[in-house]
Amino acid sequence: MTTRELEASTRVDAGVAVIDLHGEINRSSEAVLGAAYADAAAGDAGTVLLNFADVAYINSTGIAVIVGFLGRARSDGRRVIACALSDHYREIFEITRLSDFMPIYDDEANAVAERTG
Amino acid sequence: MNAFSGALRRVRLRERGRTPRPSEPAPTSSLVDAPPVDIAPNDPIIAFFQSASGPVDVDTLTLDSPAVEALRAAGVKLVVPLVAQGELIGLLNLGARLSEQDYSADDRKLLANLAAQAAPAVRVGQLVRQQEAEVRSRERIEQELRVAQLIQQQFLPKELPELGGWQVSAHYRPAREVGGDFYDFIELPDGRVGIVVGDVTDKGVPAALVMATTRSILRSDAPRLLSPGKVLERANDLLVPDIPAQMFVTCLYGVLDPATGRLQYANAGHNVPYVARGDDVKELRARGMPLGLMPGMTYEEKEAQLAPGETILLHSDGLAEAHNPSGEMFGFPRLMELIQGRAGEAVIDAALTQLDRFTGPGWEQEDDITLVALSRSAAAPLGASDGSAHALEERVLAEFRVPSEPGNERIVMDRVTESVAEVPLSERRLQRLQTAVAEATMNAIEHGNREQAEIPVGVQVALCAGKLLVRIVDEGGERAIPDPETPDLEAKLAGLQKPRGWGLFLIRNMVDDMRVTSDERHHTIELVLELKGGQDDDQGA
Repeated sequence: MTTRELEASTRVDAGVAVIDLHGEINRSSEAVLGAAYADAAAGDAGTVLLNFADVAYINSTGIAVIVGFLGRARSDGRRVIACALSDHYREIFEITRLSDFMPIYDDEANAVAERTG
Repeated sequence: MNAFSGALRRVRLRERGRTPRPSEPAPTSSLVDAPPVDIAPNDPIIAFFQSASGPVDVDTLTLDSPAVEALRAAGVKLVVPLVAQGELIGLLNLGARLSEQDYSADDRKLLANLAAQAAPAVRVGQLVRQQEAEVRSRERIEQELRVAQLIQQQFLPKELPELGGWQVSAHYRPAREVGGDFYDFIELPDGRVGIVVGDVTDKGVPAALVMATTRSILRSDAPRLLSPGKVLERANDLLVPDIPAQMFVTCLYGVLDPATGRLQYANAGHNVPYVARGDDVKELRARGMPLGLMPGMTYEEKEAQLAPGETILLHSDGLAEAHNPSGEMFGFPRLMELIQGRAGEAVIDAALTQLDRFTGPGWEQEDDITLVALSRSAAAPLGASDGSAHALEERVLAEFRVPSEPGNERIVMDRVTESVAEVPLSERRLQRLQTAVAEATMNAIEHGNREQAEIPVGVQVALCAGKLLVRIVDEGGERAIPDPETPDLEAKLAGLQKPRGWGLFLIRNMVDDMRVTSDERHHTIELVLELKGGQDDDQGA
């Protein structure tokens, strides 16, 4: 079984630090997400956007990694928002209440407009 | 010296000294066939003819040879050996000249030239004829193989019976030279089913015909007699008078009640079936002579109870007696070992995979291979509180195992998805099931089996009473599975709790019901999706 290890790249879109995620989010994703957060935190963006457009699989250990990411951002006083989740994972973020702490937008344009507009 | 082909043995003689009858026209040059002269392959005359430089006068030969006597007796005067490429391929035998003069030097020269030219042509003719005979013989053998295969296939079941609560699998792989294996399922009164696996000694068309006969006898007597011992007894008595010499039939016959798992069986000298439950494999032995050997035989009848989770494997000897290139036999212990912990189709898959590995590529199968496996579903569905008979009407869609290695939950997810292709589930429900299956498998791999690859995670997908059931089994039975609590996200975000602990919570929220059962060895998580009116059974988000 080939799994797609997570890759992440960070950029800034209208003052929002955007982390583009590619691959699967599971327990082996912690280091990649940690490094991406460090990148995002290096700028002065107060908001970090997790872009899930290219993520097809998240399991419970991946949820834990996201919880860790969110906890770290909150303790740093950064807001985390998310976009482009599939319907299924949007539902899971709602069931787990992650969406209460991490607003979810349909796509990057909406997310950035909401934060900056 | 090359063997004398003896192909040209007939001697033609000019008829001499016979007065024509008045009614006959006067012969001008009548010919008569002389009796053939047989020459033994070790007769010294053969060496002599082979090295002769031309026509040989029979009367002057002084060899001590029975053939010379025979030639003289047949009236042969002159023999012209036909030699092609140093090989004596025939003789031109001539009687006396009509003129009663001796053959002249010119005659001999003419005959020698004739022989020199005729010999290669005759040789070519012989080779062509020989080759044609070989082709005909090959075609006849191929044709016979086709007929045998046709008979065989005609009489094997076209489809397997659907038994509620059972997974029935069968595999038949004929050897090139069809070996006379057969299996059958016979519908019996009260929902019971007769199960037959047999093997006719000998191969080809005769074996196929005996197989077809045996099958017909069993089919006609089984529903009437019911008792497996009596059925074999009757089949034996009917076969004995008609079966060709040197042939007999080994046959196992069992009667299974799918509702209770009760199996009555008798065995006419066939391979002993195995019953596997987990790693424990036992043999079902019963005494009896093969069918068709002796009249008046009786067959010991025994009974076994097949419990949920147990698998019975019936097999012919084509598998256990297969040899690898170094002459080693596959053997029964290997077969017993590979069914440990497997069920249904997986038993047959494993057997064939191991056989391929054992024999290596390019192996020509020595004998037919027949495998029939019946597996009783692992657990009676827990949700069926309306009586056990109904509970057993369960259709298994898939049953398999994966090693306990991280990441294998994706394999399970994909295989479960494949197995429910025909089940009407919305995309949303399917994705929820996928997540629940992946999470339950991860728990089984990580917590149940502690990532020990050699301990498999068992998966079963079944339909029962309007529900889709996915059971995931690990071997961590001694460790309790905690109740799924709602994780405290605030505490986790504040770093007061570990971020993990979402698995059971997710599973519970993805399916309509989740049931956890344990025994001293196993945990089973059963995921339940209602197929009608289930939770959130909407048109998709």
